[in-house]
Amino acid sequence: MARALITMPKTAKRGEIVEIRTLIAHPMETGYRAGDDGQLVPRDLIRRFSCRYDGELVFSAELFPAVAANPYITFCTLATASGTLQFSWEGDRGFSQTENVVLTVT
Amino acid sequence: MSVTRRTLLSAGAAIGTLLVVRPSYAEAGDLPSAIKAFTNGAPVQRGRVKLDIAPLVENGNTVPITVHVTSPMSATDHVLAITVLNEKNPQRDVITCRLGPRSGRADISARIRLATSQQLVAIAQMSDGSFWSDTVDVIVTLAACIETP
Repeated sequence: MARALITMPKTAKRGEIVEIRTLIAHPMETGYRAGDDGQLVPRDLIRRFSCRYDGELVFSAELFPAVAANPYITFCTLATASGTLQFSWEGDRGFSQTENVVLTVT
Repeated sequence: MSVTRRTLLSAGAAIGTLLVVRPSYAEAGDLPSAIKAFTNGAPVQRGRVKLDIAPLVENGNTVPITVHVTSPMSATDHVLAITVLNEKNPQRDVITCRLGPRSGRADISARIRLATSQQLVAIAQMSDGSFWSDTVDVIVTLAACIETP
């Protein structure tokens, strides 16, 4: 399991726009870089990130080699109802990680 | 032949030229065709999109970027997608984000890699089918992708 950080408020008022910041530990190896032995280091990327709010997809992103190591992505969402936000990252070599954060809407 | 100051200097200049030569990546197309691939040939207008990036980048390995699109983000008028493209990295695509009315605000940020001084383009696709863009030129002093971080 890679270390993932999600920074967002725990509570929000209904209709408020919540800013979510996400960071995950991953090398994002581009496949263009040569290693110490002169051979190209094989590509190892996170390809997709998504955020589901109570099961409904509210944000997704496709990542390419030009995204820096340890992908950091921020976005916003509208606080509609109390629920769980599910963040998932998918990538090469079967990389898959999911994190859940509960948001209480008052 | 004795090593004179003149030969030494010219040798140094030759090494300098060699270092500047970068490997070419024939697989990637040019920027206009990458824009066309995203918009499906639809016209792209300037404005509504703001791509924020430092004009002088000291380390190309992690470059913070922010894209803001002016939109009410209502059910009938919102941003569907935001993409960031580059001119000279080995691949044109950087990141493509999909949004919707539940985003509340079309504001995204990420950290990217830049191989060299170049042009960056952010394009937003609106729910009415129009495309808007912003172009920024950046100078990169330490390149990503080629040097080891």
